[in-house]
Amino acid sequence: MSLEFSAQVGVRGFDVSLPVAAGETVAVLGPNGAGKSTLLTVLAGLLRPDSGRAVLGDRVLFDLGTGGRGRWLPPHERGVSMLAQDALLFPHLSALENVAFGPRSRGVPRAEARRRATAWLERVGVSELAARRPAEISGGQAQRVAVARALASEPELLLLDEPLAALDVSAAPAVRRMLRDVLADRTALVVTHDILDAFTLADRVVVLEAGCVVDLGPTRDVLDRPRTRFAAGLAAVNLLIGTVTAAGVVRADIRMPPGEAAPDIRARFLGDLAAGDRAGVCIRPSAVSVSVAHPTDADAAPIHSGPRDPALTHPRAADPEQTMLPVTVTDLEPRGDLVRVRAGDVAADVAPGRVADLDLAPGVHAWFGFAAADAIAYRL
Amino acid sequence: MAVAAVGAAFVLLPLVAMVTRVNWAEFVPLVTSESSLDALGLSLRTSLTATALCVLLGVPMAVVLARTEFWGQRILRSLVLLPLVLPPVVGGIALLYTFGRRGLLGQSFEALGVTVAFSTTAVVIAQTFVALPFLVLSLEGALRAVGTRYEAVGATLGARPTTVLRRITLPLVVPALVSGAVLSFARALGEFGATLAFAGSLQGVTRTLPLEIYLQRETDPDAAVALSLVLVVVAVVVVAAAHQAGRSGGARLRGPS
Amino acid sequence: MLRTTRRRAVLAFAVLGAAAVVVLSGCAAGGAAQPAATVPGSEAPSASASGLDGLITVFAAASLKGTFTELADEFEAEHPGVSVELVFAGSSDLVTQITEGAPADVFASADERNMAKLVDEALITPDAPVDFATNVLQIAVPPTNPQGVETLADLAAAGVATVVCAPQVPCGAATAAVESAAGIDIAPVSEESSVTDVLGKVTSGEADAGLVYVTDVTAAGDAVRGIAFPESAEAVNVYPIAPVADGRNPEVAVAFIDFVTGSRGRAVLGAAGFGAAGTETAP
Repeated sequence: MSLEFSAQVGVRGFDVSLPVAAGETVAVLGPNGAGKSTLLTVLAGLLRPDSGRAVLGDRVLFDLGTGGRGRWLPPHERGVSMLAQDALLFPHLSALENVAFGPRSRGVPRAEARRRATAWLERVGVSELAARRPAEISGGQAQRVAVARALASEPELLLLDEPLAALDVSAAPAVRRMLRDVLADRTALVVTHDILDAFTLADRVVVLEAGCVVDLGPTRDVLDRPRTRFAAGLAAVNLLIGTVTAAGVVRADIRMPPGEAAPDIRARFLGDLAAGDRAGVCIRPSAVSVSVAHPTDADAAPIHSGPRDPALTHPRAADPEQTMLPVTVTDLEPRGDLVRVRAGDVAADVAPGRVADLDLAPGVHAWFGFAAADAIAYRL
Repeated sequence: MAVAAVGAAFVLLPLVAMVTRVNWAEFVPLVTSESSLDALGLSLRTSLTATALCVLLGVPMAVVLARTEFWGQRILRSLVLLPLVLPPVVGGIALLYTFGRRGLLGQSFEALGVTVAFSTTAVVIAQTFVALPFLVLSLEGALRAVGTRYEAVGATLGARPTTVLRRITLPLVVPALVSGAVLSFARALGEFGATLAFAGSLQGVTRTLPLEIYLQRETDPDAAVALSLVLVVVAVVVVAAAHQAGRSGGARLRGPS
Repeated sequence: MLRTTRRRAVLAFAVLGAAAVVVLSGCAAGGAAQPAATVPGSEAPSASASGLDGLITVFAAASLKGTFTELADEFEAEHPGVSVELVFAGSSDLVTQITEGAPADVFASADERNMAKLVDEALITPDAPVDFATNVLQIAVPPTNPQGVETLADLAAAGVATVVCAPQVPCGAATAAVESAAGIDIAPVSEESSVTDVLGKVTSGEADAGLVYVTDVTAAGDAVRGIAFPESAEAVNVYPIAPVADGRNPEVAVAFIDFVTGSRGRAVLGAAGFGAAGTETAP
């Protein structure tokens, strides 16, 4: 079922329009308070927007004019199931009865409902728990039962609100794979904070910020070429935004001391970009090198990191293909065998030994350098 | 700790004092006299009926108070709880002006040939009136504590509101419903003032155990003490049963932990 | 505490009112024509008025509250040096209190049985009690008298909702007596544990009729109508009064009893519905 959605909730500053194609799973990303939960509760029929319209297949979920009057389908008539962070299994019913609840509520005879419930429990891999009460099963198992319950009601739209967030790290991967299988050709919205969920489960992502859609597109596009700091943060890439000044050059929107020009970023352009265009430049932290003296100083050896072509990692001083950004280190964060050196919104991954050699610490002035080939610029 | 001990003594000592005054030699004849058995039987019958009425009326009230919002709801809640703080005699007088022969509704009942005055029905009405707040209060609290999340899930699974109420909301608050009903029963059993003022006192019809105790006190203090002990025992059994029900109900929801 | 305060007030009053006594005793002289007191050893009221002072405590049956409060006020006004403290409760409760040592100078009972208890306890001399009032049952009906009740027998008719006192309490015993005298069997809709509760059921209109004391009907005013019936003479409640043997102020106690049994006392009691003692014992 395809979904057309548009709604406004004044008090929450929520104004979102979103189309979802039939069989498509869309990941909803965004910082806390961006309106992700509002989107789901409006769709589920638990929150009435001030105005808007939603059509699922050929069923009008709501069609409200200004003032909130108009058509409003109650939750149980929508064919929209919701799966929350907590499994919220009915504590007084067994796992099987929980799953059979949806079919029973839609008038399916008891025996048939139980048969369907058994099949769904098998499908999510917990058929042995059928007779157990929710208090007797683990979090990961409960979430599987909840998935079975949501799907057993045969929803035309499935809403998942951080379905893996409450699971411990050992249980999440298996449930994620199970979700990937069952969501394969379903119309679904998945609210998540986890980029892995977005890549695994979703065909497209939508990024909400402050109640509005700020980015929307295929998962890989949005996360590889982020348009927002939030998406860049999720994808763990550096995003610099600026204006194209010449071919291969973007002047970054970085505040500089008076009298100093903002740095020019040398980048590889994707698509048509002309002078004056707004552009985003995406650089992976592993492609950023760190040095403590200006690279033009004769005896300063720029420090690089990451397993890259030596030709690119040893830029000569004033190399036109190399961008050098003056930064102040704000934070050092160990990450496995690398250390992420943060300087405001920009980060570089370097080897621990180099951090020691350079005596890096918060407050230290340094240079972040990267090659044009690693800086991908695209139109915003 | 010491204050708690004083508090416990304050509650227990009068009971102990009463037990010391029981005429054990005569105890069995005293509590098995015809009037005593009539009073006990009537009390149990009326209290059970009143409890059933409390559940019937109180569940919808609690659901409405806990799950909806409307103008004047706070005032309504205070009014519903009024019998809790009202002196029972005042409740009796109020009931008299409602269900009495010249009361607001009593006149209509009279026209239909239904007489409430001096009937067992009047006893049940008085008991329901004073016991209802206990059920509403405990159930509303439980409904608020349970929250609406399970109900929302049920609705998105396609259950209409009545199904949600029947299969989710009420089963979730069964422990509170049971303990509320038991409290109501205990309150109905002990009802005295409103019954005296509203229903009268006639053996086998309106003279419940507390009224019998009050009357026996005039001529036969031994019988009054013996019957008081019976009432205390019934109350203790009921409260213990409620506690047990609440615990097992809670355990059922929480599971072994 | 109360006692101390009142005594002090009384003393002050006695000093200030030294001259007034003469004037007031002049007023009391109007009552000098009253018949001589029947209590042995008592003196004429006019004689005692000039020399009486001090405090007495009167223990009186609850049904005497209105009349005795009025009479005590009048008595104090007549005897400026005297202060009367009143304690009202059920007669049997008062007997218990006096037996337990409560300081009482006068005991006024609602029945002879409770008075006899104190005589048995030697707290009252056997020939001391004097009957000062009687009370009989009356049918109380709502002012509209919906069932047209006129006689005691009407109460036994089907369809008449009658409320009576339970047999365990004194007014219930009196009810049983008049029933057997009339040869009828009332099937009450309720047997209340006090006369007040019976009256309440009638005034509220719940009951068509109730059996209460005539004084209760009088006190209820327009709220109920009283219907006298001849069988009431079978259960006359006699109110005796007597000084308590070890009272601290026997002189004033006797004077108060004389006042209650005197013409003023009879007038006040009569207005409240009480019958005069000694005249209605005959059927």
